[in-house]
Amino acid sequence: MRGILKLAYKLLVNDKAKFTALLVGITFAVFLMIAMTSLFAGVLKRASATVINIGASMWVMDSSVQTVANTIGMPDYVLDAVRSIPGVHYAVPLYSGGALVKLADGAYQAVTVVGLDDTSLFGRPHLLEGKIEDIYGENAFIVVKDPEYPKMESPGIGAQFELNDHRGVIVGIANVTSSGLFGVPTLYTTYYRALQYIPNPRFTISYVLVEPKSPGDIAQIKQQVQALGYLALTQDEFMDKISDFYKFQTGLGMNLLIMTVMSFIVGLSISGQTFYTFVLENLEKFGALKAIGTTSRELIIMILFQASFTALTGYGLGIGLCALTTTLAKLRLPDYAAMITFWNLALAFVMVVVIAAVSSYFGVRKVLRIEPFDIFRG
Amino acid sequence: MPVPAITASALVKWFGEGEARTTALKEVSLEAYLGEMLYIVGPSGSGKTTLLSVLSGILRPDSGTVSVEGANIWSLSSDKLADFRLHKIGFVFQDYHLFPRLTTAENVAIPLILKRTDWNDAIAAANKYLEIVGLKNRAGLPPVKLSGGEQQRVAIARAIASQPDILIMDEPTASLDGDTGQSIVKFVKQNILNDKRCILIVTHDSRIYEFATRILKMEDGRLTGVEKGSSA
Repeated sequence: MRGILKLAYKLLVNDKAKFTALLVGITFAVFLMIAMTSLFAGVLKRASATVINIGASMWVMDSSVQTVANTIGMPDYVLDAVRSIPGVHYAVPLYSGGALVKLADGAYQAVTVVGLDDTSLFGRPHLLEGKIEDIYGENAFIVVKDPEYPKMESPGIGAQFELNDHRGVIVGIANVTSSGLFGVPTLYTTYYRALQYIPNPRFTISYVLVEPKSPGDIAQIKQQVQALGYLALTQDEFMDKISDFYKFQTGLGMNLLIMTVMSFIVGLSISGQTFYTFVLENLEKFGALKAIGTTSRELIIMILFQASFTALTGYGLGIGLCALTTTLAKLRLPDYAAMITFWNLALAFVMVVVIAAVSSYFGVRKVLRIEPFDIFRG
Repeated sequence: MPVPAITASALVKWFGEGEARTTALKEVSLEAYLGEMLYIVGPSGSGKTTLLSVLSGILRPDSGTVSVEGANIWSLSSDKLADFRLHKIGFVFQDYHLFPRLTTAENVAIPLILKRTDWNDAIAAANKYLEIVGLKNRAGLPPVKLSGGEQQRVAIARAIASQPDILIMDEPTASLDGDTGQSIVKFVKQNILNDKRCILIVTHDSRIYEFATRILKMEDGRLTGVEKGSSA
């Protein structure tokens, strides 16, 4: 069988023009599919940036919250009530909200302010410069050094700004796992300073962060929080909820899905048509092989091998091209959100398999119909 | 006592249905023997190619039998029939049907590869067959770089590579000039035909009749006469 596969391989790759056209079609389709879906994956990850960066096991929130940025304040008693639930190891408040800061040059800049629990500083970022205890200093803020950092005029330690007529001082520069989605710099401070600096409605707690005593306690905590009229989610569930919101309740998911499907259709039409033409041009030769003594099964194997080989080679090239362009784009555009995940690759692989299957189906059908007698008749 | 290579009995084959139905073979019976170069000649549309196709196991007759080594080949399953063609029949097609993207040696090696011979061994064997047909120095070239006569010889080398008992040649001189056609058929008779092989040739070309052992004449789907070739 190896000889037959080698024969199929040589018939395919020695037709350089067709093989190149096939590879270009599939590579381009894979590149587009992975580029689209990885961009979407990157956007979704950024949409959950705060959840990832804080890293709490469970999040308690108002049940109407759709995304981490869309907070609905909860009354203070919720924190005490959650702390009283059996199975809760500890629970701390978190403030998350938007604000405008006035920079040294008088310009205003939107920022995200994260207020960490004053006692534990749970969810504090990794500091590149400065000491975490300085966050307790007067007017202290820590700025995150991410692609949005230059929008605050790249402040160093000691840099000052205004926030609602309050003076703010940078006491630390941090980095975080994931940058945010909305293109604004992030400032960390203590929970109470955040409340003090930013005007708030009556209820002020954005989230209660919970650490259960054991994973087995999660279900019970959820039940009890529900009884309070609120929602408790694990980190993954909260990220899924945010993803679902962007996928299904904004146009983002549908638009990217349409573009991915279009990439698939482009790949399918280019590759399918080229492969079908390749089979048609070799139809007489396949008929001659049939006359010589090749069985239908062997012909099917040859065509499937040719289609699979082309598809997998194109898949590899498409991944390589996408990885290269993503890396180059990130070097030039720090905000570029694309993130190639296992699921992007798996989805593109499934689509490539479908392209190979559809392309070879029509080829196989044609080859099985050719009668060796037609070869004799010319 | 000549040993039959193929025995065909009462072969009938028609094409089309209803008023368009045409009978291409009408109760054709014949025997071809090992060591014989048998020609089937006749005008266009007389049923020569249909007969050749039925005898070689690629076109199923509507009735009648074709026996090779005592077994009716048309009682075999399609896979067994393909296996039969691979092992017992060698084909030289009118248009050669060589693969332009493969080298000459790879073209000749195809039947061996289909017989699961290791690739390198098949190429080595193909080179030997190319030597037999005088084209060893062309082994690495694609067929399109060869002349018509050379391509014909490559097709012959491919046909004999599987060491078949029966060699089928369809209009072997149709694409060649007179001298080349004659030299090819002469070459086949001198170098390819032997006591353990039968060669069936369908042809229009009266210039090569001299090489036939026997000549069967066909007209309107029937065998109408048998002639002995001058060199028989």
